[in-house]
Amino acid sequence: MAKIIVVTSGKGGVGKTTTSASFATGLALRGHKTVVIDFDVGLRNLDLIMGCERRVVYDFVNVINNEATLNQALIKDKRVESLYVLPASQTRDKDALHKEGVERVLEELKQSFDYIICDSPAGIERGAMMAMYFADEALVVTNPEVSSVRDSDRILGILASKSRRAEQAEEPVREHLVLTRYSPERVEKGDMLSVDDVMEILAIPLLGVIPESSAVLQSSNSGVPVVLDEQADAGIAYADLVARFLGEERSHRFLSVERKGFFKRLFGN
Amino acid sequence: MTQTPTAEAPFELKGSLFTLTVLHLRETDLGAIEQALLVKIAQAPAFFANTPVVVDLDALADTAARPDFAGLARILRAHGLVPVGVRHGSAAQLAAAAAAGLPMLPESRPAPRREATTDAGGDAKPADPGPHNRVVVQPVRSGQQVYAADGDLTLLGPVSAGAEVLADGSIHVYGPLRGRALAGVRGKLEARIFCLGLEAELVSVAGRYRILEKNGEGWGKAVQIYLSGEHLIIEPLTVEAGAHRKS
Repeated sequence: MAKIIVVTSGKGGVGKTTTSASFATGLALRGHKTVVIDFDVGLRNLDLIMGCERRVVYDFVNVINNEATLNQALIKDKRVESLYVLPASQTRDKDALHKEGVERVLEELKQSFDYIICDSPAGIERGAMMAMYFADEALVVTNPEVSSVRDSDRILGILASKSRRAEQAEEPVREHLVLTRYSPERVEKGDMLSVDDVMEILAIPLLGVIPESSAVLQSSNSGVPVVLDEQADAGIAYADLVARFLGEERSHRFLSVERKGFFKRLFGN
Repeated sequence: MTQTPTAEAPFELKGSLFTLTVLHLRETDLGAIEQALLVKIAQAPAFFANTPVVVDLDALADTAARPDFAGLARILRAHGLVPVGVRHGSAAQLAAAAAAGLPMLPESRPAPRREATTDAGGDAKPADPGPHNRVVVQPVRSGQQVYAADGDLTLLGPVSAGAEVLADGSIHVYGPLRGRALAGVRGKLEARIFCLGLEAELVSVAGRYRILEKNGEGWGKAVQIYLSGEHLIIEPLTVEAGAHRKS
């Protein structure tokens, strides 16, 4: 049975698209047929992060409006087998998304995919509502700072009351916390909320902690999801996150400050 | 009780006529209503000082509109109007108003009669007899609002910053209270707020409110909050006093 997973946060710039790209890629790397949909109509970014921006011909809105078929709009990833991208339209706005159209496209995708990842836009307006409405599970992406945590809290409230599962009184949307841009050094100094602080406020299970990492910016700019960088701390953290999502036990890494050894301190790293 | 039948009764009931302001409701969008109210207040601020109003539903009576009466009453009260009742609504609307504590006022022209409110059970939710307790198991998140009309509100999860919980009776929070809690919103002076961790933004009992400072009185502790005269008292919910004496 195909699963629809929304990647959402409320606040912008916390790492939804980065997480969507690496999460979808990670699932596909493990052999699951996965599609990642950009719901940010008008502010299309996922294609850049996935490195397929020059291959967009038709988009999500075209499919909703029956101007193109799904097969025409789906972009097959060149690096990972069984990974597809459904890009957003850059020339339209969020009003182009409507429940019936989105539902039809998701139903069609369910026929052939294992996982459908919905990359939500920021905010709680139409685009975000459409991205979360049909979700079975949700990755709530949060930065360790108060405004991001409050916005995530708000999104959790909306998931619990306005999603299809809530409206039809089905089993609630399964929620997962993804804490991104985490910097143990700054937590230690007291500049940043700790994992425990965030967990205490949001009270949902922790799926992964992604450390603040220069690799994320580099990989975004080069159009390679950071999970494919097996050397980078953020890449390893995303691979762990995917494994945990699939039911494996993995302890959380990068939560404490790495003490530099004598030689590392002498010669750098 | 000890008085003899011959003693004068402590009160007597008499009918009387009043001139009341009538608010003719044309739509149910609370945001729009509040906006319009603010405009009116700007025009005549002196008018909005505990002015009793009757909400007339004539314009909505033939529609399926179900105004959020509790929300409406709260907005009116917040702006100096005191809703005392409703009139001219459909049976279902009157039942909903009654559930929110707004009685139907006798009509000034032939329209649905009192029995309309009592037999509304068929097409509306049946009115619960007497006070009742609303229990919420899920966390109350930022931006959410939970109201227990006619009774107490019990919350088993945390109340987040930016959330609002309200009750006509008392509020019991078996977790941290980080948002706003308003007990006795229809004036019940004996209403109390209980919580296991006080980190609230604002607490209120029967309209008397306090904005709480971080690390202020009772912060992070299990407390109860109640009204003593005009003052809101925040008091730890512990047996420490007794325990200290023994040690």
